[in-house]
Amino acid sequence: MLDVSVAYNRYKFLGCEFLTWLWFLTETGPGSIVDAGGKPVTLVLGNRIVLENHRRESMETITIKGSESELEEGRLALKKGAVVTEMNLNMVCDDKTWTFDIKGESLELSGLKVPDTDGGADGELETVVLEKIASYEKVQAFVRHMYARFIRLRVDGEWDRKTVGLIRKWMLSSGSD
Amino acid sequence: MGLLSSRGSVVCYRVKGKLPEPVNMAVYEGLKRNIIRNIDNDPADCAVGWTSFETPFSPMFTESSFLFGEYWVFSLRIDKKSIPAKVVAKCCAQEVKKRLEKSGEKTLAKNEKKRIREKVLHDLAMRVPATPNVYDLAWQYETGQLLFFSTQKGANQELETIFFKSFSLPLVRLFPYTLADLECGLSDRERDRLFKLSPTRFTG
Repeated sequence: MLDVSVAYNRYKFLGCEFLTWLWFLTETGPGSIVDAGGKPVTLVLGNRIVLENHRRESMETITIKGSESELEEGRLALKKGAVVTEMNLNMVCDDKTWTFDIKGESLELSGLKVPDTDGGADGELETVVLEKIASYEKVQAFVRHMYARFIRLRVDGEWDRKTVGLIRKWMLSSGSD
Repeated sequence: MGLLSSRGSVVCYRVKGKLPEPVNMAVYEGLKRNIIRNIDNDPADCAVGWTSFETPFSPMFTESSFLFGEYWVFSLRIDKKSIPAKVVAKCCAQEVKKRLEKSGEKTLAKNEKKRIREKVLHDLAMRVPATPNVYDLAWQYETGQLLFFSTQKGANQELETIFFKSFSLPLVRLFPYTLADLECGLSDRERDRLFKLSPTRFTG
């Protein structure tokens, strides 16, 4: 295997492409978003998105905070060649909501708010801890499942043959209708 | 950064390899060997070690205190003393003045100034209490998954080092490449393609 720091830097673009693909998916194929067990998941872009555009020698960072209407700016940045480096997501499954920020280069989650646990009838620390871990694992398993889906697509010829064209079409059509 | 906090951060790791049997005892021994040591009233300016999840400021492990269902839950503690540079400068200046008055000299030799600075730092470190930072982790041995509840670079680096020192098992951080390589069930052919991938140009 590659040296860890080399692999981290050389392939961080995969994480950014994954976030761009997730955004595309939330707008064009929300029905296809499911968890590892096949349960439907509602995934909605939250209130923050960060994009980067590398132009010649310089790099431009665009941070967008706010509601749906402001995402137009993000779409515009995509059209100009920017990639998503960080986004805030709301994930709803079984009537429970997880909110988190995900970074493209590392896929680490921060600002993660998991659904409240009932703490078990006994209020035992062990019960509370296990419920909390299960909740963290649920969101991790979802991200991993979606990432595996993206990676299979990415290493398959279908990415270049079909998906890139669809994403490009989505980028260009966004905001013009 | 707590597992029980209302908002948390999490980094995923894959633990490579297996512990010697009985595994609970191997973890207990590893934790005990690298338990956080108290550096208050000690000249050390930093200490890194394991502490118990339930009582992070009174570190203590028993053979089962870190067992939570099928998880091992414990915490990494990093204690650091921070001495403001201006306080060091002030104390050094006072000490230099005292020495000059005593010796009647006009200046001190470079080596003497260096020794004064070292003594000042040592004395201050003895007096300043360390600031503790606690980071929880949950390790599921059977699946080899470890969740570390902090995204801080320094904390993650310390975790990787002390984890190997304690259990002789390497931790592999799961980021885009390692996650694809280790966790996505790719065939050898797909792995070859993964290795050769380059960024997609979505526009023009």
